Amino acid sequence: MNKEWDAPPIVIDDLRKTFGDQKVLNGISLRVEHGETVAVLGRSGTGKSVLLKLIIGLQPSDSGTVSIEGQRINDLDANQLNEVRKKVGFLFQEAALYDSLTVEENVAFPLNRHTKMADADRKERVRELLESVGMEQDLEKMPSEISGGMKKRVGLARALALDPSILLFDEPTAGLDPITAAEIGTLILDFKQKRKMTAIVVTHDIRGAKAFSDRMALIHEGNILAEGPLAELQESKHPFVTQFLKESS
Amino acid sequence: MLNTISRTLAPGGLRDETRANSIFVKGFEWFGDLGLFCARVFRAAVAPPSELGELVRQCDTIGAKSLPLVALAGAATGVVLSLQTHDALTRFGAKSLLPAVIVFSIIKESGPVITGLVVAGRVGAGIGAELGSMKVTEQIDAMEASSVNPYKFLAATRVLACVLMLPLLTLAADFSGLIAGWLANTLADPISFRLFLENGFKNVLFSDFIPPTFKTAVFGFIIGIVACFQGMRTKGGTEGVGRSATSSVVLSSLFVILADVVLVRLIQMVWG
Repeated sequence: MNKEWDAPPIVIDDLRKTFGDQKVLNGISLRVEHGETVAVLGRSGTGKSVLLKLIIGLQPSDSGTVSIEGQRINDLDANQLNEVRKKVGFLFQEAALYDSLTVEENVAFPLNRHTKMADADRKERVRELLESVGMEQDLEKMPSEISGGMKKRVGLARALALDPSILLFDEPTAGLDPITAAEIGTLILDFKQKRKMTAIVVTHDIRGAKAFSDRMALIHEGNILAEGPLAELQESKHPFVTQFLKESS
Repeated sequence: MLNTISRTLAPGGLRDETRANSIFVKGFEWFGDLGLFCARVFRAAVAPPSELGELVRQCDTIGAKSLPLVALAGAATGVVLSLQTHDALTRFGAKSLLPAVIVFSIIKESGPVITGLVVAGRVGAGIGAELGSMKVTEQIDAMEASSVNPYKFLAATRVLACVLMLPLLTLAADFSGLIAGWLANTLADPISFRLFLENGFKNVLFSDFIPPTFKTAVFGFIIGIVACFQGMRTKGGTEGVGRSATSSVVLSSLFVILADVVLVRLIQMVWG
């Protein structure tokens, strides 16, 4: 059996990160199984986005380890890390589309870089990806010409371009109106069901997280304070967990 | 000595000293970080794959799009040189030397330095603001997350384009400076362009032309590396982007001027 398939897609062990005097992550451990979607919750500034960046090595951790499909990313050189990153799609908080490229070029960017597809095949693949997020009509538009929700859709299409087995979402519904947020939530749920992808979703949106996640992890003061399905969290007697769930619902 | 000690021990003196130390340390750190950045860009530049398409695009942005401004600045320099030196040379009975003075001034110093400073302003600000904006909107992170090395794709291509384009832009500045210098001279004392060039280039050697033109490749490296460095370390949203654009221009202009001093001396030592 394939060794990579045996290993859990994401294993985080005792991860710590400090910025100056501020301890952001203070020994986070989390394991995500195949096809599982974990929602990471917590107050603003508790290091949820930092956690995602540490997972794919965009920032170095102070200590602790992250393993992606059995490979400890802390031990990899730049080329090996790039190979691991190809297995991971990342949807950034503001989508992070390249300003100077059109919607089509944004989605084609990873394909241009990492595949040897013929032009026609690449165009077809980009069209398919944009169709899957409902953006096939806006191929020629620049990122500045589309709304925040549309940017997130394009960002999602770009994150899916290399057919990753793992997806990381940083606040996919933040700053969107409730209808657009629900549409993005539905897209995540669709992809989860159709592609059986493993995902970590950083979000404040408990209602959305309830719909698309299998498990939730609540970060507080640099640690995971509570972990499990929403029903389990709701039974927690910890004052912060109770308050967080009450204020968020 | 006592004065120094009392100034240091006085509360204001201690604050001043701490501030001076802090600025000194920050300056030191800045140069250290710049050195590490240069090493990363160099390592990225020599590693495959080549970024030829992006390099050509940057050559167009940095070279072709700077051409009108550089040519205009060169022409203005030629006119001013001609107007300023015409009277002085006439007064000393050396009017016939005017073409040579213009040619020597432009090809040896004015052309290269004007080109360096104009490109530092236009391109330095552009790179600083563009990369700064990409940094604060996480586009650089997105690129890295897509397994693309931003030090290669964004920085190395821009630095190399600056290195390649500066000598070519210098030729354009020299050329337009000479034409404008001749035109300004002809308005006062009509002279054919052919005669102007013959008189001007009579005593010019290759060593008067080649080293000053190619020293601008060093200016290009300075402009490219400083602007990319400032852009890629941007912090603090749109305000940070503004700071990066400004500091890119200020620092690259300053280092171009300082490098010019060193390079002129070096060229004199090597070529006499």
